Amino acid sequence: MLAYLQYWGAMLRHAFTGSRTYLAWLCLLGLGGVAGALSYAKQASEGLIVTNMTDQVSWGAYIANFTFLVGIAAAAVLLVVPTYVYGRKDVKEVVLVGELMAVSAIVMCLMFVIVDLGRPDRLMHMLPGLGRLNFPRSILAWDVVVLSGYLLLNLHIPGYVLYQRYFGRRPSRIYYTPLALLSILWAVSIHTVTAFLYSGLGGRPIWNTAILAPRFLVSAFASGPALLIIVLTIVRRTGAFPVQPSVIEYLRRIISLTLPLNYFLLGCELFSEFYTDSAHALSAEYLYFGLHGHAELAPYIWGGLLLGLSAMGIIWAPRLRSRPRWLMSACAMVVVGVWVEKGMGLIIPGFIPSPAGDLVEYSPSLVETLVSFGIWCTGALVFTAMVKVALAIERGDLRRSGVGPQRLSSWPARPPDGSQVSP
Amino acid sequence: MTRRSVKLKLPVVGGRDRNAERVEACTRAGLERPMDRRGFLSGLATTGVAAAGAATGCGETDWDGFFQKHYKEMSEKDKHDVFARIERRSSQAYGREVRIEDPPAEEGVLFAFCISLSVCNGNRACVHACVQENNQNREPAMQYIKVIELDRGTMNLERGDPYYEGEVPRPGKVYLPMQCNQCDNPPCTKVCPVEATWKEPDGIVVIDYDWCIGCRYCMAACPYEARRFNFASPSVPAADINPNQGYLSNRMRKKGVVEKCHFCLHRTRKGHYPACLEACPTGARKFGNLHDPSSEVAQIIKNKRVFVLKEELNTVPRVYYYFD
Repeated sequence: MLAYLQYWGAMLRHAFTGSRTYLAWLCLLGLGGVAGALSYAKQASEGLIVTNMTDQVSWGAYIANFTFLVGIAAAAVLLVVPTYVYGRKDVKEVVLVGELMAVSAIVMCLMFVIVDLGRPDRLMHMLPGLGRLNFPRSILAWDVVVLSGYLLLNLHIPGYVLYQRYFGRRPSRIYYTPLALLSILWAVSIHTVTAFLYSGLGGRPIWNTAILAPRFLVSAFASGPALLIIVLTIVRRTGAFPVQPSVIEYLRRIISLTLPLNYFLLGCELFSEFYTDSAHALSAEYLYFGLHGHAELAPYIWGGLLLGLSAMGIIWAPRLRSRPRWLMSACAMVVVGVWVEKGMGLIIPGFIPSPAGDLVEYSPSLVETLVSFGIWCTGALVFTAMVKVALAIERGDLRRSGVGPQRLSSWPARPPDGSQVSP
Repeated sequence: MTRRSVKLKLPVVGGRDRNAERVEACTRAGLERPMDRRGFLSGLATTGVAAAGAATGCGETDWDGFFQKHYKEMSEKDKHDVFARIERRSSQAYGREVRIEDPPAEEGVLFAFCISLSVCNGNRACVHACVQENNQNREPAMQYIKVIELDRGTMNLERGDPYYEGEVPRPGKVYLPMQCNQCDNPPCTKVCPVEATWKEPDGIVVIDYDWCIGCRYCMAACPYEARRFNFASPSVPAADINPNQGYLSNRMRKKGVVEKCHFCLHRTRKGHYPACLEACPTGARKFGNLHDPSSEVAQIIKNKRVFVLKEELNTVPRVYYYFD
């Protein structure tokens, strides 16, 4: 017990020590989190009136961010599969980063859902025993189940491995490999269920489409690797861990497939909408071209598309993608492009025009923006701290005193001098 | 039947409608407000004092409310205690004695509304009566019924105008009042993650306001835009409160929960008509028991050409529209 507490103490100490830049970054994120918390306090006392949501547009920025982040969480599977199914050693070294990204993303998802609730004080009504979770009828109940399950899986796997390594023991595969394999299916399920939240509603034609779940997964498998490339490049640059270039290249190849596939699926959707040209195309018409002179979202969605398509060009062009700076910018553009497209670009037009034909537009209020920003900062803070600790244990620098810093033979399988192994 | 010209009673705004120009245009047209200004201010003074008390929890935290059970899990004694507590708290908060009742659904009853589009002239008396009867939030205004003005020759709601103003009926227009359709196959109850909303045996879809977590998934699921959300703490001037309240219908709501039309179940289950029907000066609204073959609604469905909104969604609504 004492050893366990010391383990946590060592991790926390390590998480909050570091270079001046690192601490400044943490402070910045912390300030963002505080700004969000203060804004949320206002919302909690006055109600959702401080947001710009209405009876017509009853979901806004919170649910949009939630949807996007479920995708980021699911994308961890792209590191888990090559590690546990194909045994790729270069990916195995950084699989923890992916799993911790999933943890942070799910934590942010839960925060976004909670700030969206009108009565967060009644959250226990969802708990089995205390409440009445409407399972299996409500897809939202399914989402609660799969998201919490995914969180537990992704807390357990890196948690167990790091714990064993801290004490200088070899993690026993039986305790994490089966669960890692389970988490592959589970990752697909979280984003599928999140898509079913929307695609199961007959009254919102723009969401009521069977390819919403495939689109969600494909766009997640573009934005997730893009975010991972950014993170791993930073990890490499800071010297925290010698991430192998082959990992970056592997992730880039995935994006070069999933991003065009995403736009192909979007094209299929747009064809059905606009060629059919039924009354059900009105939401899409509003989104892309505006309706009756209301076109608040049009520049937003076109901007998102432009970012995504330009990124696709960079990722495809051998000359450009080989320059780290270009690749990083392209990845940032993919993340923002997908965030626009399946965040507010998907949620808001579902409500416009309203079922009774009303046309009420929406853009987030200051409070909504600050709360969302605060949640992103908190998520990034949690992620940064967790990754720093995990990589220190992984490198062998953070160990229980008395346990040698030398690498264990099987995890990760790399020469102790840190030189690179060709895959 | 002659189509009387009736001056509009109030501007129609959604529960919370940010389409400022339109709402402002309605207000600027000099329409009568639901209450006169002085009445509103004096009401606000009472509620203001009371709300201050309620905000501090009257010096105690409402733990009983926090641990209150789901409606369906309450025993008769639980219900008795809960209703008594709600009565006490409502009178503390608003300075008015209220009575909470819970008339049960009757065996062999299936409620339905029939609305004649030939007769409805868009005067919105139903909207006004509904707000009064059901203690809906006055600031910001919330209304369960939305009357849509449509051009003759179309039933496309998207081409309709819920913000029409001036003398009604206007030539070449049809008026279609929309409210909760009390669907037999309700998409809203299916999606609720905590079973805070369900269909009763007499067909009315109800909400336990003390169980709703305010996720608004039901609002996204409803194809009739029937559901409203309490974005802020509701305020009703004490003088305007209807003290005859039902647990599952018109009792005072709280911030952060969803509500909607419930066919005035605190009235209709006791043999009275819904408030909107009683207020309607044209006789466009017919209400009754579908299972009773002699009832007006059963006769209308049998003999007239009726239709329901968005039939293709298979929600099986219990609000029928017809032409005479």
